[in-house]
Amino acid sequence: MAHFKKKQAGSKQEIPTSAMPDVVFMLLFFFMVTTVLREVTLKVRIDLTEAGNIEKIEEKRLVSYIYIGPEKLDNNQLGEDKIQIDDAIVSDIASIRKLMYDKLLEEPRMIVSLRVDKDSEFGVLTDVQEELKQASALRVNYSTKNEN
Amino acid sequence: MLLKKPKRDAAEINGSSMADIAFLLLIFFLVTTTINVDTGIGLVLPPPLTDDTPPPPVKQRNMMNILVNAQGFVLMDEQPVQLVDVKQTLKDFIKNPERDETLAESPLKAIVSIKTVRETPYSIYIDMLDEVMGAYKELRDEASLANYGKTFDKLGSDSEQRKAIADMYPKKISIAEPDKE
Repeated sequence: MAHFKKKQAGSKQEIPTSAMPDVVFMLLFFFMVTTVLREVTLKVRIDLTEAGNIEKIEEKRLVSYIYIGPEKLDNNQLGEDKIQIDDAIVSDIASIRKLMYDKLLEEPRMIVSLRVDKDSEFGVLTDVQEELKQASALRVNYSTKNEN
Repeated sequence: MLLKKPKRDAAEINGSSMADIAFLLLIFFLVTTTINVDTGIGLVLPPPLTDDTPPPPVKQRNMMNILVNAQGFVLMDEQPVQLVDVKQTLKDFIKNPERDETLAESPLKAIVSIKTVRETPYSIYIDMLDEVMGAYKELRDEASLANYGKTFDKLGSDSEQRKAIADMYPKKISIAEPDKE
């Protein structure tokens, strides 16, 4: 009767793992650098609408955001439509002009991304747009989700 | 006589758990990272109107007036249109293949004007704008496929070809201000 003898490795095979921490650290640094921690707390509800023919904004540095939506109230209810820029709600629409103009001076290629709740009315948006025109911040982007 | 101390072994820190620590941090950043690219419909607003400059003369046939009311009903040049038909109507208007007297003279001269009322919900307005963008996209794709054999998106971002197609069908979209009540 023929015997099959299992071949035994002569010496112990080991994969050197000393470089593993380096690899992992490299990945770690990549993610640390790309992570953008959320810098604004939303005071208005933003539920974006959907659209099909959308484009991506590649240069994120150029974007500055304006949020329009119903205000979040303390008791979990929603109030009137409000405009939020950076961290604060802007009650005086005319002050948007100065705010955006100052931002435009810092970054002349600025794109204003309008993040508007889908249930808000067009009236508020048109007031904001009028201010943007006056501030000559003419490049706008209506943020939408992809419907596909 | 001083006895020389025997040489000690070099002290070593056990580095085998370093990988575990790094992995832990890595997973934390993996979970918290949101690589969210902002997507949306881009538009360039017209410069503000000053009182002393009259609006530029535009022939009536080159202008497509789209009116949207608060309920989402659409009027295109006084004709009621379903939202799904907007794109086709616009394409016919811009391209005007049969040289219709009432439609745009050429794609270069076609202007699309969107007007809504203040009460129109934002989503309806975006749907409308989406259709207009869709019409232009299809026209550009068509021209691009015919001339260069690939869609408009596939043309290089700064290429001559892309510019040529964009010049062929310039997006002239005007967002009219709603009437003040």
